[in-house]
Parts: sequence; C-alpha cells; structure tokens
Amino acid sequence: MKEQLHKDFNNSIKNLSLSQKDIEIKKFCLDNFIDKGFPNRKEEDWKFSDLNQIIKNNIGELSFFNDHASTNKVDTSVFVDGLEHNKIVFINGRIEKIDFEYEKKDQIEIIDQSETINEFKNSNSLSDLNNAFTSKCFKILVKKGYQLVKPLIIYHTTNTKIWSKNINLRLNFELDKDSSLRLIDLFNDTSEKNFLNIFYNFELKENSVLKNYKIDKFENKNIKYSFNNIDQDKNSISETFILSSGSNFSKNEINCNLNGVYASAFMNGVFSLNNEKHHEIRSIINHQNKNTKSYQLIKSVLDESSKAVYQGKIFVNSDAQKTDGYQLSKAILLNKESEFNAKPELEIYADDVKCSHGSASGSLNEDSIFYLMSRGLSYQQSRELLINGFLLDVVEKITDPEIKNLIKNMIGIKE
Amino acid sequence: MDNRQKEINNLKDYKYGFSTDIENIQAPKGLNEDVIKFISNIKKEPRWMLEFRLKAFERFKILKEPDWQKPKFPKIDYQDLYYYSSPKSMKDKPKSLDELDPKLLETYKKLGIPLQEQARLNGIAVDAVFDSVSVATTFKDELTKQGIIFCPISEAIQNHPELVKKYLGSVIPTSDHFFATLNSAVFTDGSFVYIPEGVRCPMELSTYFRINASNTGQFERTLIIADKGSYVSYLEGCTAPMRDENQLHAANVELIALDDAEIKYSTVQNWYPGDKDGKGGIYNFVTKRGLCKGKNSKISWTQVETGSAITWKYPSCILKGDNSVGEFYSIAITNNHQKADTGTKMIHLGKNTKSKIISKGISAGSSDMTYRGLVDISSKAKNSTNYTQCDSLLMGNKCGAHTVPYIKNKNSESNIAHEATTSKISEEQLHYCQQRGLNPEEAVGLIVNGFCKEVLQQLPMEFAVEAQKLVGISLEGSVG
Repeated sequence: MKEQLHKDFNNSIKNLSLSQKDIEIKKFCLDNFIDKGFPNRKEEDWKFSDLNQIIKNNIGELSFFNDHASTNKVDTSVFVDGLEHNKIVFINGRIEKIDFEYEKKDQIEIIDQSETINEFKNSNSLSDLNNAFTSKCFKILVKKGYQLVKPLIIYHTTNTKIWSKNINLRLNFELDKDSSLRLIDLFNDTSEKNFLNIFYNFELKENSVLKNYKIDKFENKNIKYSFNNIDQDKNSISETFILSSGSNFSKNEINCNLNGVYASAFMNGVFSLNNEKHHEIRSIINHQNKNTKSYQLIKSVLDESSKAVYQGKIFVNSDAQKTDGYQLSKAILLNKESEFNAKPELEIYADDVKCSHGSASGSLNEDSIFYLMSRGLSYQQSRELLINGFLLDVVEKITDPEIKNLIKNMIGIKE
Repeated sequence: MDNRQKEINNLKDYKYGFSTDIENIQAPKGLNEDVIKFISNIKKEPRWMLEFRLKAFERFKILKEPDWQKPKFPKIDYQDLYYYSSPKSMKDKPKSLDELDPKLLETYKKLGIPLQEQARLNGIAVDAVFDSVSVATTFKDELTKQGIIFCPISEAIQNHPELVKKYLGSVIPTSDHFFATLNSAVFTDGSFVYIPEGVRCPMELSTYFRINASNTGQFERTLIIADKGSYVSYLEGCTAPMRDENQLHAANVELIALDDAEIKYSTVQNWYPGDKDGKGGIYNFVTKRGLCKGKNSKISWTQVETGSAITWKYPSCILKGDNSVGEFYSIAITNNHQKADTGTKMIHLGKNTKSKIISKGISAGSSDMTYRGLVDISSKAKNSTNYTQCDSLLMGNKCGAHTVPYIKNKNSESNIAHEATTSKISEEQLHYCQQRGLNPEEAVGLIVNGFCKEVLQQLPMEFAVEAQKLVGISLEGSVG
C-alpha cells in the first residue's frame, strides 16, 4: 500500500498550486498515515469495527488518486422532489455545483480554502489521510443574523466510473451570531467498493442554530467514514440526526464541544440494517462550560446478520457545573445472527450535574405481538407496526417539520 | 505540630496502620527462577506445582504490563520486591492456636479478629494470611466432620493434590493477563475450600489478609470448589500497615461451582489507602473469576472497596452451565487521592443464564473512580438476561466519576438492560436531615448508607455492620 500511496500522492499534488510549506504539511500527514495505517481493533475507538480488516475483506487494494480535471454530468433525477432547497453536489468526490438560489447572495460567503491547509485535529489516522489527499476545500460562512430560507442539501453521489477508490472530502462551516442553517447530507451511490472519508468542521457562534441530517438510505456496497467536529459558543444549538442504513459499512463520529454557557447539543440516530451490514455511531459530547445540555437517542432495528455499534461518551469538565447530559440506546434484534454492541461512557469531573445513560437490547416483545395478533393483525403486520412505533419515537425528535416529513417518507414510517 | 503528634493523628485516620515487629524469613529480592524455586522449596511443593509456576513465569517474561486503565501509576520495578516473606516462627509450623507466636495473635486482636474468641463466639471459621503464609485456621474439626476442606492452599497442595491439580488454573489459566500470570508464578499462600456434594456449609468461612513486611508484594491464591448441590458463603477482609512506599497486592481468586451449587463471595477491602496527599498505600490489582461450570449453579460477588491507593479489579462470572446465575454487588468509595477502576465481567455462554450487576460508586476529595464492566451474551446463550445498574455519587468538584460499560449482545432472544446515573447529594435531603438535628457529616453518612443499601443488604450480618461503619469512616472530612 505504501508505494501506491506515494505514487498517488505525487499525482494528486502535481495539479495543485501549493506552496512548498503546504506540501511539506501534506507530506507529513501522509507519512503519519503510512505509519499508522487504517485504524484496527487494537485501538480502543475501533474496538468493535476493525476498519483495516473491513477494507481488506471488502475492497482489497485501494487507490488514492482521483482525477478531478474533467467535469461530471449532474444527474438531476437524484434531486429531492417537493422540497425547495439549496444544493451542493459532489460527484465521485468532485464538487460539481454550489447553488444557493434561494438565499440573499451577500449573506452567504463561500471561501475557497483549497490553497490553505488547515489541519484537522483528530487523533485517528483517517484525518491524516484526509489532510494529505483532499484537493478542494470550501468554507461556507453564514453571516451575522442571517437565517437560511431553505435547507441546504449536499448530494454525495458516486457512479460506476470509480472502483476501489478512496475519496476524501472536507467542508468547513461557520455560523456567525444569530444565524441558522439546516443541512441535509444525502448519499446516493451507484458505485461499489469505494471508501469515502468525509470530514466536516462546524463553528457555531453565539445564538446560532445548526440542524444537520445525515441520510444514508440507499443500498450500496461502499464503505463510509464521516467525522463531524462541532464547536459551540454561548446559547448555540446543534441538532444532528443520522439515518444509518444503506452502505455496507459506515461509521459516523460526532465530536461536539459545548464551549459556551447554555449551549446545547441533540444527537439522534436510527440504525436500520439488514444483510451483512456493519454500522457504527460514535459520539463524544464535551461539556466544557456551565449550564450546558446534551441529549442523545439511538434506536436500532437489526435483521439478518447485521451488526450495529454505538459508542457514546459524555465528558463533563470540572467547570461545567449544572450540566444536563442524557443518553439512551435501544436495539431490537430480529435475527439470531444479528448483533448489537454498545459502549455508553460517562466521564465526569463536576459534582453538580445530572447525567445518565441507558442501554437496552433484545428481541421484539412477544406479548405485544400477541396483543396485536389477537386483534386480527397478521404476524408480519404486527411486527411492522411495532418496529414502526419503535423508530417513530426518534424521528419525532426532528424539530424541522418539512424535513421530518421527508425523512418519514424515506424510511416509510407512518404516524 | 511535632512528628510524634503527627504520627498519632495519622494513626487515628487509619486504625490498622500499625506494623508488627516480627522476625521475617524472606526470599532474596527480585524475580527469577531461583526465587520461584526457593518459594516452591520452602513450601515443600511437589514437582508438578513447581512446573506450574515455571510455566507461568515463562509466559510472564513475554507479557507487558497493561496500561489501558484509568488510574496511572509510576512503573513498578518487579525486581525490587520481595516475593516471599514469612514470620520466622512459622517455619516450624505450630500444631494448634496455642503454639502461635503471641505477637501474631496480638496483631490479629488489634485488627479485631481474635482468632480464638471469634471462633468461639461467632462461629465463623477464619483463615488468616499474614504477608505470605497462612497463620491459623480455626474451627477445623467441625468442618472436617462434614467433609469440608478449609485450609491454607499450601496445605491443600500437600494433602489434596488431586483437587488442586484438577482445578488450579482452570478458571485463571497460567496464560492469563500480566498480574494473574505473575501470581501464578510466585503465589505464596491463600485459602483452599472444598465443599463436598450436597453439603451446605454450616458457617461462614473467612480469610483475613494482612501485609506486614515492607517492600513485599502479597500474592495469595484462593481456590474455592463447590461440588454438586453444595453451598458456601465466604468472607474476605484485608488491612495493611501504613508505609510511605506503595505496596503491590496481586491476588488470584478462582471459584468453581458445579451443578446446582452456590458460592457467595464477600469482600471488605480496607487496605491502607495512602495519606491525605496520596503518598503510600496499596496497589490492589486482583484477579477474581468465578466459573459457573454446572447447570443451575450460582456465583455471587459482593464487594465493599474502601481502601487501597489504587484498586484495579473486575470480579467476573463465566456463566457456562445452563440456567446459571451470576451476580455482582459493589460499593466503591474513594477519598483524598485514592483511585479505583473496578467493575465486573459477565460472560454468558449457557442457555437461560442470568446476571445482575449493581454498582455504587462514591468519590470525594481529589479521588477518581471508574466503573468498567463487560456484559457479553454469546450467540449460543439463548434466552439470557442481564440487568445492570451503576450509580455514582460525587462530592466536591475535584473528584471524578466515570462509567465505561461494554455491552455485547449476539443473541436475539436475550435481553440486556443497562442504566447509569451520576449526581450529587441533593440539597433537600441534606437540609431535611440537618433540620432533624443531624450534623452535616452524620447526614451525609446516612444518605450515603441509604444510597448503598441495595449492596449492603447482600453482605452477611457481621460484615454488614462493619461495612456500614467503614462507609462512614471513609468519607470523614469530605463534607463542608
């Protein structure tokens, strides 16, 4: 892999106009990655999902160079109907379109940061890989007091042109004071056996509101890793919802720093898995200041030999008195081959706090099925009804009514 | 304050902090094959036992000290320890209690376990371990009548080799982790219990451990076998003198429950925790593991952990037999600079197995407490259930309380439920108690005892009283 990495690295920096210093930094990251390789189960954070092994088994040899010289045709059929929205379109990792047609042009600034390297600080080797190979990087700045009229949908589309590729993406967002942004990440893959490595950084200033919905719904054979870093100032709110369902393997990491007083973070997720899929969500909520609040709810429905992992950590600094932290994960195992692993963690250094977590996993409740069947439903109907109700609970947490409906329709959940 | 006064004050804090001047026989300092041979030789062990030790030592040489635990500690120099230390008078073993060194007896009296009296009054059979050797076992005759074997493990190796050979290392193999393997190589003494088929042990069996000599590690080994349909309740208590350096305690405890048998193992651990600034104290790195080997067997661990500078242990249950039950009840209290990383592992292998974990952690001062636990339900463990509850109480904002549970469910017909909370003592509760005339310290003691009640209830009577007092003492000075 080492030779491949060097070769692909040289190819990819050839087309970039970077200063010598920036190349040095990228090279340093590359060396770090070569040193560490893909994360494996020996690392505590990857205990339940050995990425190195998963890539080896599903993809084999990866190549890292992506030729972004030629444009890809944007297939408009993937666009969401019935919801007016702004768009950013990635096709095979190349930004094809940035379109804020519904917004005031002077209130949103798109800054090209491709020529400046700002390293992503994350302890795992995937950030090094991302730093080394990301060629284009944009920062989207929402200006003071501006609230986007329509949601922004980022289309992550891949097609059959790529095979056994590693794609690295990087986006930065800054929400200035009193601003707000609704962001949907929609994955749409017709490609197979690629590894997507996505890093987002969010900077939330005072009173700003971020709602991020990550939707991986459509069946595909790709492997995905996505890392969201969220820094929150006073009074800001972040809401993250993850629908984890389509890919062969997916790991979503959310690292949320509640730096300002009264900042709050909500993180909800649904795993709906079948076949041999293996998905993970790992969240770290750092309560750094007084009166901060976090709430997490994760529900899983696992069929066939699928496997879901939830690792959630609530960290409370000694200054963060009056913290309120809550975390709950529930899983239904439908098949005897399915598996659910959880590591809900509390690390608390302040005494005047309210923190709790709960985790439960098991089969569908026989009594409930009996109840429904005795009222005339078939076994299949009762099962569907129960699962529907189980997941509805999480989807109802979505605060945006338009998007809630969109997601309900996507999962096929009825009220 | 002059030094003398300071010393007296210190003594008040940890009343078991005296050391006894008794001449010791020690193995040469350091860890090598000769020392292991020395230990084996002095204990007149058979060949197979020495081979067991050497095999473990071979393995130990390639193992690395683990470093994933939360409480970090300076590197231990394993060559700078004495691996064997025994009171000189023990060399020619006393035949009965009357022949024991009077100084030793006095030590135990100070500890609150006058062997003779206790034997008579409480009807608890005690095996006391002083540094590296078992000193006395009371009540032997009565137990022998029922066919129960309760003796130092060194004696069991001589007299019941078939049992020891069969079960020693069957739950904690010589190839286990670093500290367990070290113990397998150099263990010096401990208790051996065998309850024959169908016998319900008529009294509580008890061991008292004490580290006396400085620079010694204490490596005791306990092996309890409950044959089909038997029952035993076993208690363990520990103290150590106050010394400025840290002392290592790495014991191995193996429990084996055959069909329909039940073992109840209770610990009140009150090793020296170090002084107020975190100097000295015991490193308590113990491996405790129980195997529910037979059908319908049950193993229950109850622990009250108030002492030690660092406590690092996970009493575990391997639920192999169908319908077997594992339980874990724990109170861990840390104050000043104490650190604890403790919890349990419940490994479900058999069908219809059940486990329950109740853990209460209290941290005060600048201490740090971690609950770490594993619940693993394998794909064959149909219809198994686990319930886990871990609650933490924080007193002051310099301490930490952490919960790190690992939950693995590979069986769709099994259920796991886990709950954890962290909070502080509510102002209302404190106010209520104080209004009724309790001073703040008493109020906290009362509330904390209430918080721990679920676990305290599991302890045998005699221990419950002691434990309740300990809970109060451990938190002294942490209020206000």
